[in-house]
Amino acid sequence: MNTVAAIEPAHASAQRVRERAFRGATFAAALLVLALLGGVAFSLLYGAGPALAHFKLSFLTREIWNPVTEEFGALAPMYGTLVTSLLALLLAIPVSFGIAIFLTELAPAWLKRPVGVAVELLAAVPSIIYGIWGLFVLAPVLQRHVQPWLIDWLGPLPLIGRLFQGPPYGIGVLTASFVLAIMVIPFISAVMRDVFETVPDVLKESGYGLGATTWEVIWQVVVPYARTGMIGGIMLGLGRALGETMAVTFVIGNAHRIGSSLLAPGTTISASIANEFAEAVGDLYTSSLVALGALLFLITFTVIAAARLMLLRLGRKALSNV
Amino acid sequence: MNRRAIRKLINIVALALSGLATAIGLFFLGAILWTLVHSGLAGMSLRLFTAMTPPPGSSGGLLNAIYGSVVMTVIGILLGGPIGVLAGTYLAEYGRTARISTVIRFVNDVLLSAPSIIVGLFVYELLVVRMGHFSAIAGAVALAILAIPVTVRTTEDMLNLVPQGMKDASTAMGAYHWRTITSVIYPAARSGILTGLLLAIARISGETAPLLFTALNNQFWSSNLAAPMANLPVVIFQFALSPYPNWQQLAWSGALIITASILILNIAARFAVSSLGPGNRN
Repeated sequence: MNTVAAIEPAHASAQRVRERAFRGATFAAALLVLALLGGVAFSLLYGAGPALAHFKLSFLTREIWNPVTEEFGALAPMYGTLVTSLLALLLAIPVSFGIAIFLTELAPAWLKRPVGVAVELLAAVPSIIYGIWGLFVLAPVLQRHVQPWLIDWLGPLPLIGRLFQGPPYGIGVLTASFVLAIMVIPFISAVMRDVFETVPDVLKESGYGLGATTWEVIWQVVVPYARTGMIGGIMLGLGRALGETMAVTFVIGNAHRIGSSLLAPGTTISASIANEFAEAVGDLYTSSLVALGALLFLITFTVIAAARLMLLRLGRKALSNV
Repeated sequence: MNRRAIRKLINIVALALSGLATAIGLFFLGAILWTLVHSGLAGMSLRLFTAMTPPPGSSGGLLNAIYGSVVMTVIGILLGGPIGVLAGTYLAEYGRTARISTVIRFVNDVLLSAPSIIVGLFVYELLVVRMGHFSAIAGAVALAILAIPVTVRTTEDMLNLVPQGMKDASTAMGAYHWRTITSVIYPAARSGILTGLLLAIARISGETAPLLFTALNNQFWSSNLAAPMANLPVVIFQFALSPYPNWQQLAWSGALIITASILILNIAARFAVSSLGPGNRN
């Protein structure tokens, strides 16, 4: 049994070279991830340069978008992006919360997995599918059945009435928000479910032990414990909604104006870029669209980074409880 | 009603609402899939896979678009996959506790949810402006950039699942770290890494926004990587918004093909994970 291999010096040094090469390769790949983010930020600012130099701050404050006279302002797409995303969240949060509760607290074991998988599959459907479905199925339904009803009942109301006036186009800000809501529901509910699952059973059992109902345990034990993570999940959904392109482009109508009615066509940053970029002629036009992209990058980066920070803290909190 | 009855009532109403919310979510999944199958199957024929995209008014298929999508997705994953696996390896092994890893993990998570149209603009500035024209290779690079964060994340998670004892055993045999990684850790985490790659393919094969101004589109057959190339998502986008019924029909059929492939990839990835054993969700 005397088979211990003698380690030859040449072999050992070859090993060391390979070790260094492999380690270097993995490190370079990891650095590339950082470089990607830096590269994206730099190239967007670089491309936006001419437009920003030409319009200065008025780019942010003007509604006009005229390729013929080469006058561009980002106000309408910014407004559209924010309004559609916030409206989508308003619709999506209660539904996602319900789904997360159903999956963690209510569903019997045999139902949990199939429903959970179904929700995750909804998240995997590419956004262009939501777009084409929104245009051909959802928009006509809203136009025929929902929007006339909104115009009749909510239109005459003071204050909020202005949001629901005008003809029912079918496509427009409201329809885009609706499609966005359907898109972000799986994301938000998946994160909320994962967050709810980090709540220690002992806490819930203490609640039940004091005689609380299931809902009371959810509202007074689970939700306070999971609050940060829930907000993180919602902001992650907001990040998705802000940057979502194809689903919105199909149904928003691409009109560069700020209408007071939610039923009117509008545009978002991403829809403007998707619709116009490939056909944009002239440096200023192209640069203005890139400047829109830079703006979108700034907004989504802030939202996503905040969301990730919140979920990061939750990760540590969950770990310290193990 | 006494207080106890009110509490019970609130409980029942709240739980019923959460059940209703789930039903709403499942209803939309069902509605979308039903429309896709219903409208997509109407145009399914052999011609779809043998004929090129037609000019308006005449009939045709999607052969060039399917070919272009496959080519760009394959190049995208061949470029992005190895980079993602290597970066994930760094995070899980060499740089597990390094301070820069925390930053890289964070940036990777941000990239994971960054809007894909931004990546399209980046590649436009990076490649299309330099080359002076749209090209399939630019589209593939955009898809590769989208594939990297997914792969990094799953690779790191999967490598972390490999028992420390196995790594220690290899190190105790005198193996260098690279040898431990390539001969012990990678084989042990193989199905997990494969899952990550499948999910990355699923993610990029349906992406439309980054291709709009990188690969553009091409009505004809092209296998030239330096020229614009047809691809399913952009064809769906253009054909669905056109006024021609036969174009719209092709868009629906394309949408069905894409969704079916992506759902199959996702389900395949799930099976690959479940073969790893319990407790490895995501």
